[in-house]
Amino acid sequence: MLNLCSVTRKTVVDVLCGVVFQFPEYDNLYCKYCFVYGHDWAPTSGLEEGITQITCKGSQSSHKLIWNFPLETTFKSTNPSGWPQLVVSVYGPDVFGNDIVRGYGATHIPFTPGQHTRTIPMFVPEPTWRLQKFTSWLLGRRPEYTDPKVVAQGEGREVTRVRSQGFVTVSFHIMTKDMKKLGYDTGPSSPRNTQSATSGWSTEEQP
Amino acid sequence: GLSFSQSKGESLQQEEALLEPASRLQSLRDRDTVTRFDREVDPDRAGRHDVPLDLSTRVKFREAARRVRPKKQTNSFMYKSFEAYNFFTFNFEPDPQDGSERSSRKRKKLKKAEDLFVIEQSSQDFLEVRKAEYVGYRKLIQRERESELFFTPSFRTVPTSIKLPENMKPRYLEDEGLYVGERPPVSLTNENILENRILKMEEKWFGDDGRIMALPDPIKESSTRPPLFHMEEDLDPALQTVYRKVRYTPTATLRSPPDPEGDYQLDVDVSGLIFSHHPLFSREHVLGARLAQLYDQYLTRQHNNLTGHLTDKLNGLRSALRNMLEIHGGQSLTQAINTRQLRDSEQEKDRTLLKNIVKVWKEIKALREFQKFTNTPYKLYLRRETVDQASDEQEYEDEIFAEVVELEAESEEDYQRKLAEYKKQLEEWKLSRRKQELSESEGPLEEGPPKPEPPEKPDFDSIEQRVREKASRIRRKPGESILIPELSASGNITASELCPKAEIARREDVARRSLFIKILYNDKEVSRTDSRSLNTDFRVHFGQIFNLKIVNCPQSINLQVFEEIGSSCSLLAQVFVPVPEPSVLTGGVPLEEFEFSSNQRVMFDHEGVGSDVPLSFEADGSNKQTLLTSGKLSCCVSWGIGEDDVPLAPPVSQQPGGMHSGLGRLDAVSYIGASGLYDMKKIGEWATQSRLDPNDPKNSSIMQLLKVASSGEVTAPEYFRLEQLQEEFNFVTDEELERSRRFRLLRLRNQEVAEFRNYKCVPALEREVTDKVFQDYEKRLKEGEIIDTKEHLDSHRALVAKYLQKIQESVINRFLLAKHHYLLSDLVVEEEIPSIGILGLNLFKLAEPKRPLKPQRKERKKVTAQNLSDGDIKLLINIIRAYDIPVRRPQSKMLNFICFYFSKPGQSPQTIQGSDWLFGQVQVRPFVEVSFQRTVLQTTTADGPNPCWNEELQLPFSAPNGDYSTASLQSVKDEVFINIFDEVVYETGTDKDRGTTHTRAEKHWLGSVKIPFSTIYSQSRIDGTFKVNTPAVLLGYSKERSHGNSGGYDILRSLSEGAFITVFITIEPQLVPGESIREKFDSQEDERLLQASERFERDAAQGYPDRPCITTVIDLNGKTVFITRYIRPLNPPQELLDAYPNNPQEATGLVARFVSLIPSLPDRVSFSGACDLWSTCDQFLTLLAGDEEEHAVLLCNFFLSMGKKAWLIIGTAIPEGPTAYVLTFEQSRYLIWNPSSGQYYGQYDTFCPLQTVGCLVNADNVWFNVQEYASPMRMSFDTTKAKLWKPFFSRSFSHPGLSSVQPEELVYRRVDKAAATELQDRIEKILKEKIMEWRPRHPTRWNRYCTTTLKQFLPKLELSGGRDMAEGHRHELQSLLGDNRISGFPLHLPFSEIRPIIEAVYSTGVHNIQASNVEFALAVYVHPYPNNVLSVWVYLASLVRS
Repeated sequence: MLNLCSVTRKTVVDVLCGVVFQFPEYDNLYCKYCFVYGHDWAPTSGLEEGITQITCKGSQSSHKLIWNFPLETTFKSTNPSGWPQLVVSVYGPDVFGNDIVRGYGATHIPFTPGQHTRTIPMFVPEPTWRLQKFTSWLLGRRPEYTDPKVVAQGEGREVTRVRSQGFVTVSFHIMTKDMKKLGYDTGPSSPRNTQSATSGWSTEEQP
Repeated sequence: GLSFSQSKGESLQQEEALLEPASRLQSLRDRDTVTRFDREVDPDRAGRHDVPLDLSTRVKFREAARRVRPKKQTNSFMYKSFEAYNFFTFNFEPDPQDGSERSSRKRKKLKKAEDLFVIEQSSQDFLEVRKAEYVGYRKLIQRERESELFFTPSFRTVPTSIKLPENMKPRYLEDEGLYVGERPPVSLTNENILENRILKMEEKWFGDDGRIMALPDPIKESSTRPPLFHMEEDLDPALQTVYRKVRYTPTATLRSPPDPEGDYQLDVDVSGLIFSHHPLFSREHVLGARLAQLYDQYLTRQHNNLTGHLTDKLNGLRSALRNMLEIHGGQSLTQAINTRQLRDSEQEKDRTLLKNIVKVWKEIKALREFQKFTNTPYKLYLRRETVDQASDEQEYEDEIFAEVVELEAESEEDYQRKLAEYKKQLEEWKLSRRKQELSESEGPLEEGPPKPEPPEKPDFDSIEQRVREKASRIRRKPGESILIPELSASGNITASELCPKAEIARREDVARRSLFIKILYNDKEVSRTDSRSLNTDFRVHFGQIFNLKIVNCPQSINLQVFEEIGSSCSLLAQVFVPVPEPSVLTGGVPLEEFEFSSNQRVMFDHEGVGSDVPLSFEADGSNKQTLLTSGKLSCCVSWGIGEDDVPLAPPVSQQPGGMHSGLGRLDAVSYIGASGLYDMKKIGEWATQSRLDPNDPKNSSIMQLLKVASSGEVTAPEYFRLEQLQEEFNFVTDEELERSRRFRLLRLRNQEVAEFRNYKCVPALEREVTDKVFQDYEKRLKEGEIIDTKEHLDSHRALVAKYLQKIQESVINRFLLAKHHYLLSDLVVEEEIPSIGILGLNLFKLAEPKRPLKPQRKERKKVTAQNLSDGDIKLLINIIRAYDIPVRRPQSKMLNFICFYFSKPGQSPQTIQGSDWLFGQVQVRPFVEVSFQRTVLQTTTADGPNPCWNEELQLPFSAPNGDYSTASLQSVKDEVFINIFDEVVYETGTDKDRGTTHTRAEKHWLGSVKIPFSTIYSQSRIDGTFKVNTPAVLLGYSKERSHGNSGGYDILRSLSEGAFITVFITIEPQLVPGESIREKFDSQEDERLLQASERFERDAAQGYPDRPCITTVIDLNGKTVFITRYIRPLNPPQELLDAYPNNPQEATGLVARFVSLIPSLPDRVSFSGACDLWSTCDQFLTLLAGDEEEHAVLLCNFFLSMGKKAWLIIGTAIPEGPTAYVLTFEQSRYLIWNPSSGQYYGQYDTFCPLQTVGCLVNADNVWFNVQEYASPMRMSFDTTKAKLWKPFFSRSFSHPGLSSVQPEELVYRRVDKAAATELQDRIEKILKEKIMEWRPRHPTRWNRYCTTTLKQFLPKLELSGGRDMAEGHRHELQSLLGDNRISGFPLHLPFSEIRPIIEAVYSTGVHNIQASNVEFALAVYVHPYPNNVLSVWVYLASLVRS
């Protein structure tokens, strides 16, 4: 079945991201990321999942946690359906030193080539009961999603309750290849410059 | 003179200071002299002066100079002159009284230097021993201080008088009213120090007020910059720094005030050029270019369709003529005439064009014929379009008639007009004539006007004649087919090798040339294109866009075409491109073609025709033409568009005006302005004013617009539409969408149709989706009813498989909704609130002593299956030990085993206890081989019948289609085969020289355990001891327990015979097994009963979470049914009962065997994990497949009908997990039956696979086990004891008299022996083929003799129920086969499909034998039981001739 993948035309999406997180009151956070994509997508290079270093708040830069963590992944596809999403989940220690989740979030990888910045709002599932909230706080076992990839889909989310906290800023550098050949024009409206030779300025004086 | 000498002296001093190297050299010598003969000199003094000599000498000169300076201010000239005089006159030699010590010392030195060479000195003078001299730091400092090298400024206030020049009073500017800024604050001490320092340095740093000069304090009190309270990005955007690139600004700019933001950009797109004539054209090229030109013309004409348009217009006018005659009478007529004339001329042009095309084409053909090669790829096709003769003629005639009528009318009118004129003239003439007559008398002076000729009567006949003539000239003859020329450039050009020399020369010349274009902006070159070589078709493609950032007002844009031959290049032509209007923006303008030509004369001596050279195509040289180099340059100039789609064009006012003053009327944009384009009124106004021709196709869109606009508001429909934009969004019609293969594929995948459930990479384009993809699916749809006997071998089973599939589909569809129903626990992992009990328990656990020597298996983290891929999952199989492996028989001559293993004393103590003959006897060397998904791994070889391996094997697992979803994993049908082999080593020969022996290891299969993957998956781990499936006959091995007297342990397992193996199996990483559907099913049960059962189950789960409790089950229709309804005595097949009429024990065994022969198929597999469905016994017997529950229910019902006391046990067993067994009470003991294997165990059997008993079920009640233990060995099965068993129906809730869902009686189909025989043959054939396939490198020979022997033996095995028949059989075989060494065994399986049989045969590995002289024997026997239950025996043996 898979041999159909060997059609010559493929869409290649290259992702390069740097990550900046903004969490107001937490510190020493790290983040896990993974990509969620549809049936017709296949990663060709780069890591599909990963984990960043732990970062502490800087003293100057206004409560920002900066990971500056590059992710580089290339996907190929025959179908835009199931366009890849980046799922980010942030973890860090609570007051007792237990490693707990600080937020989940997801965003689609931008469609158009070029540089993009996305700010992903993060959220965590809420405990069902008050008492549970207390015990989970005490024991450092907050509710977590069974799979972080849940946040990339809508199905079944209606049963959960979440609290939003913080933002994650991801900057993407997207490159696409052969999208036009497949008939998908995602590029920005640029002039059809095949080869452009900018002649700078005309230096001569007005006669 | 004096002053001169003074300065001279000073400069000399300086010079001396500069002559340092010389003096240093000297000083070295000085030192020697000092030490040598200054004995009378105080050593202290000598040391003080001489050590830092080189330093002090240098300093001293300066000091001297310094000392001199203050003096010169005070003393008179006299001293100076005296010194100078001294300097010049003195020898520095004799005078020691010079006053200054320095000069005397110097003199001394000089003297000493001179004395150096005086010989009359004692030896003491030369040699002197002294200690090394050391001068302390402090001393040095002191000396320095003395010599005033250091200066320590005092911090006392300096009196103002010193600071000021003498006799000056301090002047305070401040007091005088002048502004003096505040001085920067400096502490008083520092200021004093500084003043002192400056005084010492004697520099002028003091102001008039006697203080150090200082600028006012530059620091402002308040900051000019607004305070920055925020960080970085919070900064006011207006304050953010913006990086802007440095731009060169030339002096002359556009007329507008230079706008910093506005930079203008002209995009010059040079696409390419085509030569319509080039000196290197061959004759054929000339013709070809002409043809192409004509064809282009034709195409444009065709596109414009002027003729058609004019004809239409003419017709329109004609039809309107009658109506409008009274209003616009004359005008309309003339208009019609004009139009007709225009039309005629266009028609004529069309006709001549077509004729010319054909003519040129003919010429080309002739030329090609003549020169015998082809130079141009042009090909002309003339397509004929036949027309309907009759209607065409009719039209033609009508046309002529109409024209004739018109002409007649016209000439009539003309005639009338002329006649009127004539009459008038005649009148005049008559009048003048009369006058003449009157004045005749006066004289014939005046010549009267000549008598006017009466106009000719129009000749209507000739009119028609003329019209016809003209028509035949310019129009197609009626009935003549329409010719449509089609020019293509698909012809072949003759290769160069085949051409004459002149042509080759021309082609080479062409290849040598290349072209480029210079872009001149305001007559200055700004860019040039790449140089592109000239192609054979004389087309050059540049395809370059130049973005000209301009600051000067555009005056001209000039493109110069240059031709390059080798290194020289020449200007070919110039093309002036108009400066675009500001509204012309990049992207919105088509490429324009600009013609260019050059009148250069070029001639060649090859085939090239040259330029400006007369040329003739006629044979006689007449009709000469002169062709000039010409061509068309395709380019476009437009204003660029900036980043935000801002046009980079100057505002309109900047354009040189007056450009479109004359065109204003015609150009709507310039007339009403671009903004007015949206104003309908303005457009309408303009349209009426400019008198647009409504029939002109160019105006059609605007006319349409006007029509809509003038018709008033767009009328709203008087009805409401849902999805009113649906049609607009339908990009294709529904039919097309249906037809699209790709869409279909996507849709099927979305519907999770089995074939496409995990289809990866749907092709991007429709044409890449082949029909092949759907073949399987369509076949399945089509063949819904047709039975594929090939795959199933048995028609009944094929039917059943189809039926099962249907049920499966319906079940899946039913559960599809439920599957997408999520609970919180599915999504969120949450810690449960710990109860106080658990908390206490945890605390207690903390206090528990650690026991490092008792390791315990830890719970691993579970992994959801969806993010897994191939290779991630491994199957861990821990083979621990085995018991009672069959041992080899004592050697016999006939079988001739040569074995190298001798069991060592002490290795197996049990053996030693036994009889003597065992000692030194080869027993068995077993090893375990595990095969799964065709991966085979094995353990090391152990010794003896009770080996211990304790080895872990890791087998990779890959899911079908790479789909690791829960549903997919659950439906994996693969099984893990754990095979036990005996390693037998044969000696094949000895190498006496080296003293080594060659051996060959052979493995003999002893038995196997198979565990389905689905079981492992659902259990997540399997840990226990299993009975090994040993073949009924193992040649060469004895199964009998040779040491039955070895202690109590053996007594315990007296009931269980055979070998056992202990294994631990798990999946790494641990997968989350799929959960069954939590859907509440509709039921016909009483609501009260359902509630009670729910409560019962909940209580049971709370009290004993590890004991399964089932009270309600789901039947095949998806309805909830109370479990007791399934239990009902049902008759087993009569044949079975008749087989042993006198032996109920045997009959019971046979019935159990019958049940176990029905293939097992877990519901998880068949319904891909949807749920656990219970079929009734008749359904089960029809389907001939079911899981343990169905088997158990059937067996229980049989037993009940046979008059036994029987219960259904709901419990857990290994390896199945939660399962159902049957409990019988016979002869005052309880027997536990495994319905899937037909085995029974006593209650106290060690190796009973049943581990936990959850509840017992019979037709009347359900009892839940509330005893302390759940293991059958340690519990009581007496259900009457309420303490031990909690009944469902009790006095408080009595049995409501539930009727059974089972049928009253089971009807069996007769035994079909013929079908069984046929199946037997087919299986044998398939197996033989498979074995040969598995041995691709070795020939597979079949021993027919052995096969027949085995075949005869198999039915006996079936009859005996697989019990030991080995002894007799072995003897029989031995006597038959003589010298052959035979190893083999019969396999026994229930029949379901061919695949499991093949897998089982493969797993035994008999085919792996490598010996060259091996022969095989294969016998298959299928024994039919009632109702098409089949027992399959496969006897596979390998024979090696020894």
